[in-house]
Amino acid sequence: MLDAQRDYVLRTVEERGIRLVRLWFTDVIGNLKSFAISPAEMENALNDGMSFDGSSIDGYGRIQEADVLALPDPNTFEVLPWVDSKSAEARVFCDIAQLDGTPFEGDPRQVLRRNLEAARKLGLVFYVAPDVEYFYFAPLKDGGRPVPLDEGGFFDLTTTDITSSLRKETIRTLETMSIPVEYSFHEDSPSQHEIDLRHTDALTMADSIMTFRFVVKEIAAMHNVHATFMPKPSEGVQGSGMHLHLSLFKGDTNAFHSESDPYNLSDTAKSFMAGLLRHAAEITAVTNQTVNSYKRLVPGFEAPIHVSWARNNRSGLIRVPVPKRGSELATRIELRSPDPACNPYLAFSVILAAGLRGIEEGYELPAEADANLFEMGDTALTKLGIEQLPQSLNDALKVMESSQLVAEALGDHIFEWFLRNKRAEWRKYKTHVSQFEIDTYLRSL
Amino acid sequence: MTSTGLLAVYPDNPSVDLARTLDLAGYSWKGVSSPDTMARLQPTDGWLGAVVGCDEDPESGWAMCRALRKLDRPVRRVLVLVTGAQIADLEVRDNLFDDFLLTPFHPRELEARLRHLLYNELTAPSSVVIEHAGLRLNLETYQATFGGQPLDLTFMEYELLKYFAHHPGRVYSREVLLSEVWGYEYFGGARTVDVHVRRLRAKLGEEHAHLIETVRSVGYRFGASKWQG
Repeated sequence: MLDAQRDYVLRTVEERGIRLVRLWFTDVIGNLKSFAISPAEMENALNDGMSFDGSSIDGYGRIQEADVLALPDPNTFEVLPWVDSKSAEARVFCDIAQLDGTPFEGDPRQVLRRNLEAARKLGLVFYVAPDVEYFYFAPLKDGGRPVPLDEGGFFDLTTTDITSSLRKETIRTLETMSIPVEYSFHEDSPSQHEIDLRHTDALTMADSIMTFRFVVKEIAAMHNVHATFMPKPSEGVQGSGMHLHLSLFKGDTNAFHSESDPYNLSDTAKSFMAGLLRHAAEITAVTNQTVNSYKRLVPGFEAPIHVSWARNNRSGLIRVPVPKRGSELATRIELRSPDPACNPYLAFSVILAAGLRGIEEGYELPAEADANLFEMGDTALTKLGIEQLPQSLNDALKVMESSQLVAEALGDHIFEWFLRNKRAEWRKYKTHVSQFEIDTYLRSL
Repeated sequence: MTSTGLLAVYPDNPSVDLARTLDLAGYSWKGVSSPDTMARLQPTDGWLGAVVGCDEDPESGWAMCRALRKLDRPVRRVLVLVTGAQIADLEVRDNLFDDFLLTPFHPRELEARLRHLLYNELTAPSSVVIEHAGLRLNLETYQATFGGQPLDLTFMEYELLKYFAHHPGRVYSREVLLSEVWGYEYFGGARTVDVHVRRLRAKLGEEHAHLIETVRSVGYRFGASKWQG
């Protein structure tokens, strides 16, 4: 199969007159990285990989052994639809390896592969479908506030404004890049949009999210618009989340589905949920990795703040959507905390690890919290045993630091680098004097 | 010349000249005694071509030509042997043969005519290109086009489309597609098939997405059913 895949790629490069092949990979923070090779190098790249100096990539660098190998994954080879055919380009995702061929522990894609392998040993395949929210803004001015491009609200049909046509063009491009879109609509806030992708296996989906973010920004930029996945770009309006619909499949059966349960949730699903709930605080620094992420996780904006689950309660961490009748394949859970600024490879890794821990240890799922938790006082919540998600990046890092589960899921290299890097981010933020402080204290104190 | 296909030869006791010429030219051939045996002996990828003697028993010869055209893989390389007196009969039967040769024939002429007739089949076997309803797959270059426009597919999308296009009109379950296209060792489960069908439909475009039809609780079918229109 591998040989046929290589042939396919090499032949397509030749037949379509590809002038440049972009090798894509991801740094630890989740930034898309790329270097281009000429088509003549492609065969070499597929066989032996391309070596490059990894020391300048965030989270890759180690002084002693800076060189790493990029190994193209031929299954991800695609012609880029936005480049005109006279100078056609293609892209391929890469796994990063040490020069001796062993997986490089600083590569998020390899980390996800390792975690998926753990599920595979249990006979399980991890499926993910994200609902990605983002904003379109006018071109940025240095230090200026973001300016929305429309005044639309949830599901508004804003046919004439530029953002709707941007969204349409984006979806068309995604579809030609093998990223099927399930729904798309105007979200709650002005200039906020949501695109929901159809489920795929987690590795494909992590690649798809990287492509997705790139395509959204690229197409916006072509029209002189700035697209952003910043979790909370504007005060007072809803932020951007990336709810994840999760399920595990055993062969062709949905391991989350049970006919006999009133919510159609199997014991596997319940233990998985219990794992997510118990380790929620530990994995939050990874699913919500910026200082700004925690300005989204506040009451009043449909973002979760409590570690709880319910069928039809959007204030909890996990929602159990009611699938269409008789569709057992659609039984799934929705994790509502992640935001689109996360590194999808690492986020999927820690989410899966937390859920699998629940399954392996047979965690008991706590009772459903179907009241509106936003309106409950702290004492009432404590009585119910419901905790809050970490309130800041600093809080999240503190919990993560002592988590054996996250350390194992990420591997020591990324675990340590991530903590170092994010603590530095927090220190920088802590020394910043904000407009809020100027406005509140400068006159009165 | 070495050929890869099998020629049907009628009648099944060809003249010594005919048999020897075919053998010397390196063709694999099989004598067929009637349209029924011809259909029954048809190789799975169809006859390469046929040599039909109409000189001795014209009526059954032409019947054989008709039968060759009516196969589910119609034979489009039919050489008929006729006598000089039969030339006038050819005009109303132009649709039944692709070339003719007068008997008695010169072996060199038969060899030359067959080589010419089968030239395309043998140098570029037609199975390298699959065409169906505007879709064109070149199996040698791995390139797919729809209505002349290139389709950019990932390897597995291409493999699935190729499998579909090879077997239009037939219904396949997800399990069969999975084992035939992905191979048994693939771990992802039949959901993978749904994911790829959804992607292919998107790439074929809205107007042509129906080319891959969902057959409820069974699987998928590419192209219209054989039993419809």
